[in-house]
Amino acid sequence: MSAAGTSAAGAPGTNADRANRSDRADRADRERRADTTERAEWETVVGLEVHCELKTQTKLFCGCKNAFGDEPNTNVCPVCLGLPGSLPVLNAFAVELAMRIGEALHCEVRPSSFHRKNYFYPDMPKDFQISQYDEPINVGGWLELPDGSRVGIERAHLEEDTGKTTHQGETGRIHAADYALVDYNRAGVPLVEIVSRPDIRSSAQARLYVTELRAVLVATGASDGRMEEGSLRVDANVSVRRVGAAALGTRCEVKNLNSLRSLGRAIDYEVARQVALVEATGTVVQETRHWDENAGRTVPLRSKEEAFDYRYFPEPDLVPLAPGSDWRARAAGAVGLLPSARRERLAGLLGGAPTPQQVDQVHVVVGQGLDDLVVAAVAKGAPAGLALVRAANELAADIGAALALDAGTFGSVVEMEGRGELTATQAKAVLAELLAAGGGDPAAIAAERGFEALSEGSLAAVVQGVVEAHPEEWARYSAGEEKLAGFFTGQVMRATGGKADGKAVAAELQRLRR
Amino acid sequence: MTADGSDSAAALADAVRRGERSARSVVEAALGGIAARDPELHAFLHVAADGARADADAVDEKVRAGEDPGPLAGVPVALKDNLCTRGIPTTCASRILEGWRPPYDATVVTRLRDAGAVVVGKTNLDEFAMGSSTENSCMGPTRHPMDPSRVPGGSSGGSAAAVGAGLVPLGLGSDTGGSVRQPAALCGVVGMKPTYGVVSRYGLVAFASSLDQIGPFARSVADAALLLEVIAGHDPKDSTCLDRPAPEAMRSLDVGVEGLRVGVCEELVADTAPDVSRRVREAAEDLAGTGALVEEVSVPEMRLGLSAYYLIAPAEASSNLARYDGVRYGLRVDAPDVAQMNTATRTAGFGPEVKRRIMLGTYALSAGYYDAYYGKAQRVRTLLIRAFDRVYEQFDVLIGATAPTTAFAIGERVADPLTMYLSDVCTIPSNLSGHPAISVPFGAGDDGLPVGVQVLAPALCEERMFQVAAALERLAAARARPARGEGRR
Ligand SMILES: [Zn+2]
Repeated sequence: MSAAGTSAAGAPGTNADRANRSDRADRADRERRADTTERAEWETVVGLEVHCELKTQTKLFCGCKNAFGDEPNTNVCPVCLGLPGSLPVLNAFAVELAMRIGEALHCEVRPSSFHRKNYFYPDMPKDFQISQYDEPINVGGWLELPDGSRVGIERAHLEEDTGKTTHQGETGRIHAADYALVDYNRAGVPLVEIVSRPDIRSSAQARLYVTELRAVLVATGASDGRMEEGSLRVDANVSVRRVGAAALGTRCEVKNLNSLRSLGRAIDYEVARQVALVEATGTVVQETRHWDENAGRTVPLRSKEEAFDYRYFPEPDLVPLAPGSDWRARAAGAVGLLPSARRERLAGLLGGAPTPQQVDQVHVVVGQGLDDLVVAAVAKGAPAGLALVRAANELAADIGAALALDAGTFGSVVEMEGRGELTATQAKAVLAELLAAGGGDPAAIAAERGFEALSEGSLAAVVQGVVEAHPEEWARYSAGEEKLAGFFTGQVMRATGGKADGKAVAAELQRLRR
Repeated sequence: MTADGSDSAAALADAVRRGERSARSVVEAALGGIAARDPELHAFLHVAADGARADADAVDEKVRAGEDPGPLAGVPVALKDNLCTRGIPTTCASRILEGWRPPYDATVVTRLRDAGAVVVGKTNLDEFAMGSSTENSCMGPTRHPMDPSRVPGGSSGGSAAAVGAGLVPLGLGSDTGGSVRQPAALCGVVGMKPTYGVVSRYGLVAFASSLDQIGPFARSVADAALLLEVIAGHDPKDSTCLDRPAPEAMRSLDVGVEGLRVGVCEELVADTAPDVSRRVREAAEDLAGTGALVEEVSVPEMRLGLSAYYLIAPAEASSNLARYDGVRYGLRVDAPDVAQMNTATRTAGFGPEVKRRIMLGTYALSAGYYDAYYGKAQRVRTLLIRAFDRVYEQFDVLIGATAPTTAFAIGERVADPLTMYLSDVCTIPSNLSGHPAISVPFGAGDDGLPVGVQVLAPALCEERMFQVAAALERLAAARARPARGEGRR
C-alpha cells in the first residue's frame, strides 16, 4: 500500500476550478496544521473503513425485511439464521445501490464475486460472513471534501451484516456478563464497506470525510445516514510517521467509533499514544484496539498474532456477479446530484467568489438538503445572497417545517426583504410564521402585522426622539457604556412596533454619538 | 414390474391414480415391510408413519375428488436424513443435530409431495455424508440387504438399502463424491447423480457445496428417470440451480444404442477388482453387440481426482459445518464462555471422520497453504474438466465400474481411512467435473453380490445417459435370464 497525497492532480475541470480548489486545499492544510494537537515533527496518517447499511426493502440474501428497531428475531428466516440446508440468493437492488455508490465515488464498477470469511462468532449465524474479497464490485475512486482535499477510495464492496449481541449481567460489560442475547434481525442486512486510502492527515479531516461521505451516500439513495442507529459505522486505521518520511508507520485499527465525536477523539488519542510509544520505544505494535468512549482511550482488542485467519475462499453457493452495461448505466443514472455539485451550483448563484461566511452558509444549506428550495426561489427572482442567508439561518433552524415550504413562498419573503419592503427582523418574523403555519401568503402576513419598513428619514427621527427622551442614558452611552446600545435599540423597536431594522438603528446610534 | 418382481414406482402410481389401489394400502404395506425388516437392516433413522398415513389419505382424497394426484401418487419414498423435512427430525446421523426439526422442507421434498409421493421416513448415512459405508453414523451402521455382515456402501447407504431390500420403490440420496452411485452399485439398485445445477440443493444440508447433488435411487432405470423428472428443474432458492426445465429422462429409454460412441474408460476399469472389471467388459461387449461403437479410451487426469477431491470437499465442509456451534440449534455442551462452549459442543457432537475432514479442510484453506492445497486442487479440477471435454469430442458416453469392489465387510475399512477413500475413486471425477453419471446393476461379483456399471455423460446430457443405462439394464436382464437366480443370494 502506498500513501497517496491529497493533491488534486489529474482532477477534471477548468484551470480556474483547479486553482480555486488548490487555494481551498492550501487553506485547509493550514487550518489542519493549526488545529492539530500533535507535535510538529509527527504526521498523522489515517485510513477509514466505513460500513454503510444499504436502504433496501429486504436483506442481502433472503426476503426478510431490512428494518431497524423491530422486535428482536422477528425478521428472520432459514437463510439469514443460517439453518442447515439454506442457501443465499443475491438481492439485485443491493447490487444496484452498491453500483450507485461506486459511481458517486468515481470508482471503476466491475464484475465481482463473493468469498466466505470464516470465523466463529455467535451473532454470525453461519460462522462465516459472505463478503467480497479479491474481486470487489467497486475499485479505485476518490471523494473530494468541502475543503478541497481529496481522499482516495481503495474499494467499496458488498457484504452481509451480522446480528447484534447484548451482554446481560450486572455491569453490562462483556467479561462480567452472565449471559448474552443475540438479535438476528440485522443478520444478512446488506452492507457496502468503503475503504479509503491512507490519505487522511488529521482527526478534523477524518470527521470531514465521514460527514461528506455520509452526504454522498444519502444522495445516492443507498443509505439513510443514521450513525446513531448504526447504519454508518466507522473503523479507523491510524499510524504516525515523521514529517517528510515516505514509508507508513505501523498502524492500529480502532473499532467502536459510533459518532463523529468518537472518531475525532479516538484518532487524537491514538496519535498521541503512538507518538509517545515511538519516542519511548521506537515502535508501535500492530493490533486492533477498541475505543472506550467513557474512559476516552483505546484499549487493545487483539494483536497481529492473535488476528483471525479468515480462510477466505470463493463462496460456492453464489455465482459470479457481472452486471451488464445497461444495468450499470441505469445505476449511474439513478445517482442524484452529489453534495459537491450541489455546493457548486448554489455558490454559482452568488455571481462572484463567495465570502468565507457564504461558504459556510452553502455548507449548511446543502448539508440540510435546503439547496433545491433556494435554487428554485432564486429562479423565481429572489436575490441569491439573501436567500442563502435566510435558508442557512431561519430555515435551517426549523428544518422539518422548512423542507415542506414552497419555493415561491420562501422566495417572495426574500424578495420583499431585498426590495426593502421588509426589514430583516420583519422578514424573520414572517418566515417564522410561515414555518409555524406550514405555509401561507407572505404579503398577507406582512400586511396583517402592519409590517412596512421605515424609511431612513423616519427612522432617524424616531431615534432622535428616543435619544432626547433619555438624556442621562445617552450621556453614559456617549461616554462609552456600550451595553446601553441595547437599551436604545429596544426603545426604538418599541416606538416603531418592531418595524425598525436593528442594523439601521445601530448605525444611526453610532452616527449620532459621533 | 421391476426385474426382481416388485411393483415399479410407475406401476404403483398408475394403480393409485386409476383408483385400483389406495395410496393408504400402498403406504401401509411399505410401513409393514419396514417394521418387519428394518430392525435388522437399520436403513431408517426415523419412520414418519403418522405423517405418511395422513399424506396417503390426502392422495386418496384427491383421487376420489377427481383431482390429479400427480405422477408419483401414493408412492412411498425414503429420504436420506440430510434432506430437510418440516417438523421431522433431520439429523445427518450426527449428535450435533440432536433434537433439531427443520422449519421447512427441502425443494426436492416439496416437489415430491406436489407429485403425490409419500415420505415414509429418513434414512441412515455416514455423518454429514462423509464416508463410503454408512458406518460413520452416530446411530450405528446400516447393513447390506443381501448380507447383513456387509456394508451397503455410502454415504447414502440407508436409502440404497431401503430400496435394495424392497422396503420402498424410491429413495433420494446426495452424491458429493459418489454417495448415491457407490451404494446403489453395492446394493444392486439404480442410482444417479445429475449434472451439477439440475436439481436444487435448497434444503440439502451442505457437505461440499460445489460438489453436492441430490440424486434418485430406484429398482429400475425407468423409475430413476421418473423420479429425476419430478425433482429436477429450476429453483429460485438455489443460485447455482440452472434456469432450464427438467431433463426429459423418460423419453429416451427405449431408443437403444445403435451408432452411439461408447468409450470404456481405462481408469474406471484398471484399478477395480477382477470380478468387477469382468462385468464392465461384458457390458461393453453387450453394448457393442447391440450396435454401439465401443472403444477403449484413457483419461489419465481421472487419477488426479481423488487427491483434488480430498482437498476441495473437506475445505468446503470445514466452512459449511462451522455453523454447528451450539448457539442456535442442536446439541449444546455448556461451558464457562462462548468459545469454550463452541469447542465442547463440537468435540462432543462430531464423530471422528467429520473432525478429520474439518481439520483437513481448515488446514487446506489456511493462510500460506491456500495456493498449495485448495488453489492447486481447483486447478486440477479445471484440468479434469478439459480432459472430459476432449474425450467427449470422440465419445457420446463413457462407461466404467461404479465401485472398485462389491460390498465389503462391516469394520473392514474403518481403521484405514485411505482405503475407505479409494471406494469412491471411480465416482469422484464426475463430481469434480459436474457431469451426470448413473450406476446400473450388471451381474454379480465372485461373492454373488451386485456389481454396478457406471455410465458417464457430458454436462446436461441426462437423456443420452438414461438411453444407455436403459439398454444396459435390458442387457443385464438378458444375461441373467438363461440361469435365473445364479449369482444372487
Ligand atoms: Zn431471512
